[in-house]
Amino acid sequence: MNKLKTFTIGGVHPHENKLTDQVAIRTLPLPKQLIIPLGQNLGVPPKPIVKKGDEVKTGQLIARGEAFISSNIHAPASGKILKIDDALDASGYRRQAIFLDVTGDEWADDIDTSGTIEREIKLSKSEIVARIKECGLVGLGGATFPTHVKMMIPDGKKAEYLIINGVECEPYLTSDHRMMLEKGDEILVGVSIMMRALDTEKAVIGIENNKPDAIAKLSQLAQSYKGIQIQPLKVKYPQGGEKQLIKACVNREVPSGKLPIEVGCVVSNVGTAFAVYEAVQKNKPLIERVVTITGKNLTHPSNFLVRVGTPISDLIAAAGGMPEDTGKLINGGPMMGKSLSTPDVPVVKGSSGILLLKNEESKRPTPKTCIRCSKCTVVCPMGLEPFLLSKLSKLGLYERAEKEQIMDCIECGSCQFTCPSGLPLLDYLRLGKQKTGQLIRNRK
Amino acid sequence: MNDILLFTLLTLGLLGTVLAIILYFVAQKFKVIEDPRIDLVEDALPKANCGGCGFPGCRNFAEVTVKAANDTQSLEGLNCPVGGNDVMKRVAAILQLEVEDQEPMIAVIRCNGSHAHSPSKVKYEGPASCAFAHNLFSGEGGCQFGCLGLGDCVRSCDFDAIHMNSETGLPVVNDKCVACGACVKACPRGIIELRNKGKKDKRIFVSCINKEKGGIAKKNCSVACIGCSKCQQVCPYDAITMADNLAYIDFEKCKLCRKCVEVCPTDAIHEINFPLRKVKVETTETEPKKVQKATNEVVTTSEVVVSEENKPNTENKA
Repeated sequence: MNKLKTFTIGGVHPHENKLTDQVAIRTLPLPKQLIIPLGQNLGVPPKPIVKKGDEVKTGQLIARGEAFISSNIHAPASGKILKIDDALDASGYRRQAIFLDVTGDEWADDIDTSGTIEREIKLSKSEIVARIKECGLVGLGGATFPTHVKMMIPDGKKAEYLIINGVECEPYLTSDHRMMLEKGDEILVGVSIMMRALDTEKAVIGIENNKPDAIAKLSQLAQSYKGIQIQPLKVKYPQGGEKQLIKACVNREVPSGKLPIEVGCVVSNVGTAFAVYEAVQKNKPLIERVVTITGKNLTHPSNFLVRVGTPISDLIAAAGGMPEDTGKLINGGPMMGKSLSTPDVPVVKGSSGILLLKNEESKRPTPKTCIRCSKCTVVCPMGLEPFLLSKLSKLGLYERAEKEQIMDCIECGSCQFTCPSGLPLLDYLRLGKQKTGQLIRNRK
Repeated sequence: MNDILLFTLLTLGLLGTVLAIILYFVAQKFKVIEDPRIDLVEDALPKANCGGCGFPGCRNFAEVTVKAANDTQSLEGLNCPVGGNDVMKRVAAILQLEVEDQEPMIAVIRCNGSHAHSPSKVKYEGPASCAFAHNLFSGEGGCQFGCLGLGDCVRSCDFDAIHMNSETGLPVVNDKCVACGACVKACPRGIIELRNKGKKDKRIFVSCINKEKGGIAKKNCSVACIGCSKCQQVCPYDAITMADNLAYIDFEKCKLCRKCVEVCPTDAIHEINFPLRKVKVETTETEPKKVQKATNEVVTTSEVVVSEENKPNTENKA
């Protein structure tokens, strides 16, 4: 067996804590009311095209993304539009959302809801992209970048490799792992569809070595698909980062400030590949996704297939209820996720997991002074100097931070994870990135 | 021996003379003629380099002022908020111009969501930076407009004029404030506003910037402006405007009659440095006015003492 591949700079090894990797995906029953936030994608939120009192069917378009970087939203269940009003989002701010009173689950007529696997790809390149756009697909890895934009290769560039992210390097989360085990065929068809849309011959699915069952399953299935290679990878965080994955899989480095297409790669998530399959072969819009709900104290940590707009509190209830000593509720994984101020917020297209931390686990260390050990610099997968950048950001020296390449930070949190002084490095990096980004945009 | 000495002296002397001549011509060629009044104006300024005038540093302000005096013969739009009218008069005297008196300003905190009024629903333990917390979440009390209480304004102040009150979790502005506007820029939520200092330091303002509907605002904070527009109806001077479920008092028009303070159902309108009202002893509506007039001078002094000790000077009604 070959030596396992991985990326070369930095990286850390957090405890994996994959509590739910052997728990099969269950479908969560529909709640009585769905709250569908409009801002579910990176870029411009779509505009609602329904009004109060409208009857909608499952999968019907309810908000259209008109801007270039925007995506459509469809009704996750059939029912009546209660109102279009502000609702709490994951950060506790009130943002516009569509409230849907669920009456049932009657699907729109043109959607194929059967379970049969359609292997034959009938649509042409441009039809595939149009279908992906119509179905409101966004990257399901977490960044929620509209997929159709990714599929449009700029003139003069050529996508040589399609890289599929099956790494799932965040501790605790297992939704992608379960998808690969249970929906392997669909994912591979989805990958083939994307390969056609991108005009590429080669696709690499990167999977970390801590999921031997998924590697075995997909390797076996991939034999009957042309051009798809399964690449086992060494376990290291943050291998699921776009740039790290490209480095690990095809040994190419994306230049600073550039997109993966610069080195002939397009990266997508396994969840997205499955959504592409459903959109193109079944005409099914993105209205549900697999969400891991996990935590050491939770009675039944699970992987749920959830409709977008289901309150997170419903997921917690289905997993055995909120444990007494829950200290923190995290939207996403423990490394990059953001803590929620209330469980009454809905699941969105980008939610990959909900993590409940125990009280003692959730405590932040008291920040002490930087001891210049340079551990953060060693582990930074982008080769930055987090201690310096966080200091610059704290002092408000954003021009200097820009020169030190703060915009290259992928916010993976390895620096903060490794800091022996418990400094909030990532927090200040995030702030600095935001402010520097503002500075750069104002300059234009 | 003598030859060496002589030779050295001559060479160095000659070299010095030649270089001096070159330097003389270079200096003539590249001479910068600067108005001597710039130095004089700069000397008159407080040299706090706070940027409150809108220019980077006192020197730059002096240059702009002198240029304005040359070009337009007026100092309109130029004001050093730190020095106030005295300094501006001195500057004008140097430039042989006249200036109009400007009303002194002060920073005002337009949020009263203290720990008591807006109890914490979640606990924040990230870095002490309002800018970061603002990006992260709506705030411990749940109000997405309210003060985060992490002190970005305090750190931005060069004049020791703003402090956190640990009891309320809100910043308090004291008399040292020179209205440079640093805290206004530092606050990510735009809570701080520069307002007229007012006669005898008396001010009335709406201490809330929550634009949500009344019910939602009130759910998070007991002293939120609910946009009922009672104050607008009662204001005899047309000084109150309503926009987005929020009242705003125009300090140019406000005559400090305090009618709005009385009608506000949520105590969102604040009065500062007014005499304390006598406890309402079965009064009719006209009576309190008489009481105020009678006790005006006496109680005002007690209020000043409070603000000097950096205690909240917004606590008249609490």
